[in-house]
Amino acid sequence: MYNEDTICAIATGMGNAGVGIIRISGSKAIDILERIFRPANKKKKIREMETYTAAFGRIYDQSCLIDEAIVLVMKAPHTYTCEDVCEIQCHGGMLVMKKIMELVVKHGARTAEPGEFTKRAFLNGRMDLSQAESVMDLIQAKNEFAVRSSLMQLKGDLKNRIVEMRETILYQTAYIESALDDPEHYDLEGFSQKLEEIVDNLVDNVDRLLITFDNGKVLKEGIRTVIVGKPNAGKSSLLNLFVGEERAIVTDIAGTTRDILEEVVNIQGIILNIVDTAGIRATDDVVEKIGVDKALDSVDKADLILFVVDGSVELDENDRQILSRIKGKNVITVINKSDLDIIADKMLIKGELSGDIVEISAITGEGMDDLYQLLNDKFFAGRLSYNDELYITNTRHKEALLQAKNSLCKVKESIQAGMEEDFFSIDLMDAYAYLGTIIGEATEDDLADKIFAEFCMGK
Amino acid sequence: MPVIEENYDIAVVGAGHAGCEAALAAARLGMKTILFTVSMDNIAMMPCNPNIGGSSKGHLVRELDALGGEMGKNIDKTFIQSKMLNASKGPAVHSLRAQADKGNYSRTMKYTLENTENLTLRQAEVSELIIENEKVRGVKTFSGAVYSAKAVILCTGTYLKARCIYGEVVNHTGPNGLMAANHLSDSMAAAGITIRRFKTGTPARIDKRTIDFSVMEEQKGDDRIVPFSFTNTEDDIKREQVSCWLCYTNEETHDIIRKNIDRSPLFSGVIEGTGPRYCPSIEDKVMKFPDKDRHQIFIEPEGEFTNEMYMAGMSSSLPEDVQYQMIHSMKGLEHAKIIRNAYAIEYDCINAIELKPSLEFCRIENLFGAGQINGSSGYEEAAAQGLMAGINAVRKISGKSPVILDRSQAYIGVLIDDLVTKETKEPYRMMTSRAEYRLLLRQDNADLRLTDIGHEIGLIDDERYEDFCSKRNLINMEIKRLNDTFVGASRVIQEFLIEQNSTPLKTAVSLAELIRRPELSYEAIAPVDEGRLPLPSDVVEQVNISIKYEGYIERQKQQVEQFKKLEKRKIPADLDYEKVSNLRMEARQKLTLIRPESIGQASRISGVSPADIAVLLVYLKGQKDA
Repeated sequence: MYNEDTICAIATGMGNAGVGIIRISGSKAIDILERIFRPANKKKKIREMETYTAAFGRIYDQSCLIDEAIVLVMKAPHTYTCEDVCEIQCHGGMLVMKKIMELVVKHGARTAEPGEFTKRAFLNGRMDLSQAESVMDLIQAKNEFAVRSSLMQLKGDLKNRIVEMRETILYQTAYIESALDDPEHYDLEGFSQKLEEIVDNLVDNVDRLLITFDNGKVLKEGIRTVIVGKPNAGKSSLLNLFVGEERAIVTDIAGTTRDILEEVVNIQGIILNIVDTAGIRATDDVVEKIGVDKALDSVDKADLILFVVDGSVELDENDRQILSRIKGKNVITVINKSDLDIIADKMLIKGELSGDIVEISAITGEGMDDLYQLLNDKFFAGRLSYNDELYITNTRHKEALLQAKNSLCKVKESIQAGMEEDFFSIDLMDAYAYLGTIIGEATEDDLADKIFAEFCMGK
Repeated sequence: MPVIEENYDIAVVGAGHAGCEAALAAARLGMKTILFTVSMDNIAMMPCNPNIGGSSKGHLVRELDALGGEMGKNIDKTFIQSKMLNASKGPAVHSLRAQADKGNYSRTMKYTLENTENLTLRQAEVSELIIENEKVRGVKTFSGAVYSAKAVILCTGTYLKARCIYGEVVNHTGPNGLMAANHLSDSMAAAGITIRRFKTGTPARIDKRTIDFSVMEEQKGDDRIVPFSFTNTEDDIKREQVSCWLCYTNEETHDIIRKNIDRSPLFSGVIEGTGPRYCPSIEDKVMKFPDKDRHQIFIEPEGEFTNEMYMAGMSSSLPEDVQYQMIHSMKGLEHAKIIRNAYAIEYDCINAIELKPSLEFCRIENLFGAGQINGSSGYEEAAAQGLMAGINAVRKISGKSPVILDRSQAYIGVLIDDLVTKETKEPYRMMTSRAEYRLLLRQDNADLRLTDIGHEIGLIDDERYEDFCSKRNLINMEIKRLNDTFVGASRVIQEFLIEQNSTPLKTAVSLAELIRRPELSYEAIAPVDEGRLPLPSDVVEQVNISIKYEGYIERQKQQVEQFKKLEKRKIPADLDYEKVSNLRMEARQKLTLIRPESIGQASRISGVSPADIAVLLVYLKGQKDA
């Protein structure tokens, strides 16, 4: 839902650049800054700063120092969004920016929706009509991307856990509501105590999820990199070189890696999220086929593809199939087995993929420096970048979890204060809605549907 | 052939609960009004349950009364038992329900209609709408008479092409064997209105003399009676009350149903209409909830001077012989005689997304719809829509802007917004869970929420309004006094608190602060409140609730503020969504169909995403600047 509260976002890219900027816009922007920023010049008051002036100081979470920063205060109406805008320039590390964002959110801002700054700028009359069209395009495009990436992150376990929690909340609320709607059929005798246990349990669950978020297990912060190649081209060996330990099972038998392995590696400051895939080939083996499908799937989602070719043999049908699949994407071709004679046709690869080629030996480690250099060049030339939309979605998820927890705690407070049961449903449904934003599901008529489905109403 | 022709300001089709309210509102606001019914003996008939109110429906009636409607007054005159449901729950879900003397209810309403100035009653079947240039001009009856009218309100209930069904028996009648209206929906369809088919049902009525009440649980009314109408006090309406009785189905009943389920017209496919999930037939309940070994059935009198008893919870469309078997299998009903069979009824209705929030049709000017024709169910839901349609029809032809209650103002607002915004797939019933701001929308404060509006519309007279204003004044003054009066940790106070199992004071606190403690209340602190003056009980109730639940109420008020911002952003009625090229296809189709009046309403349409709303905002802004 669109509303006019205070929003924040990371304005710079998400790389480990020298400086990162967090932008806050809205009536509470200056308020929030005051609460988290202490100017080096102690006499300086944020509120009294002239518009378009800067101050140097430190960002604190209560008494805990987060980072040094320069803040810029711009006052309405002469700002990008026509609202009060504050910018925090900090050291660009991802962890620091993430912490500051969370801090800003904690003090009352909300993570901006895709394109929201621009939207506000437009709605507040900052842009002319001819720009409207592109603004609308941006909103839809960014939104679609956000939805897609949010779903991508949520496959599997996390999603299931949220779905489960929502199911519990909905059931309990529906029970209360059935009893209110049809008090002669359902009574709520002893319900409060039972609900308190359930709520405690839910809060525990949310807490556990929050910890996962903080550990970065959910957040895939790096550049999504996929290693592909036909069986036994040396993909797993490459990954092991990246990671520096035996992670993937490496054998001489083609088709050994049947599932997806994933590692986060830091290569000279660039963070890669590397996925090692099963060798791609036509196969009748059911298990292997699943691995191949997964590999193809992750190729579609990758920011960077490392195409590993066995240089010691001629390119075959499997190689050609992969080539056609990754054509047009951001690819580095890694020709392996440079310790042997290279007979694979490099010209053909160059013709198909405009990308870069590097020769390595996964056994001796020869050529790896060239590969690192190539990655570096690509990154600083801006041909590789972090997926910041993904990151933002993730902050939003965490925010939603915190809000859900907050609502659940309110239910508990109500129970302990001996409030009547109808007060519980209000906060229960809030928690339900917040969790719903994580998995992108609407809540509209769920409750009524649940009541009718689970409880036998009278008349 | 000579043709009868008469001229009116407003014509109301149907004299059920919607039609009566619509006609009364129009006539009371000075419009020359005609009200059509297929049977003068069945005005404001209650063809199903013999009660008014209940969870959330009670709220609707109280709101209706605060706006100047008739239902509350009429049930206060004709009730035979009164109960406040959920009295042990929070004040937001307290719900008033009264058993009605059906015959008396109907007669009393008829009497009121007959003695209302500007109002003409006419027994006739309206068979045709007269529409010119997408504007309604009047109606034609089956006999050929023409009644021109500046506005027409359709309140046809369950009568359009109605079929009553049980087992293999199909009667082409309206409820209770009354004449169906078989022509009007064709005329509506010809005018481009979408016609849908819904169904509902009613249980059997049995003879009181054949029931063994000694094996049933008696259900008495409350000792303290709360009137529906804010114009009445308990003493005005207090009376001897009649009891209802509780009995149960059992495994044998369920066996009978399971054995005969193939003879149900619902299961065999004879019934095509969509029925409501919230009042399932007994066969639905048994099939859907096989684990339940019994279901509650309430035996309720249909009136004071009749032996007919209603069997709440037993609605059915099973064949007559199965109905007998089922009933006889129940304890206390072994020898019960059926007076009227249970049946399902199927009828034509519209898709209310074709209506504006004023209940006027989007595409046919001055034509309004209210009640079951809009896809709702229930007497109270119908009456609420009838009143609003009546008011808005009058305002339309007087050149005034419509009165639209929003979701934060009234259950009536929630009801109508849901009907015109969400495509309801079954007869829509009000429920407290549908109101997101229900802590604010209580039945006890309906007058505080709506009397100003009722007065401004012209249905609340000055005398009643002054009474109301002085009540409001008393409430505000008392709340202020309690917030401003502080008590210290004196011995008297501490002893009092200990005696009440409440923590003694450390510093001085306001009386309001004390009331907010879970174990205390306005009444409880009377001994330590020296400045207290005697106040009417309804004032005391408001003061207590406002203070006790202040935290929750404040929170909802903040949510409402956010909600109002979106409601205030209006969308021009002639917006061409095809031109908003960045909308997703699904959103564009829905928006074109429903034509929301505000960004807020648009955001509630399923299939319209937040991004679509953002796009719409940007587009509208662009239009405004151009």
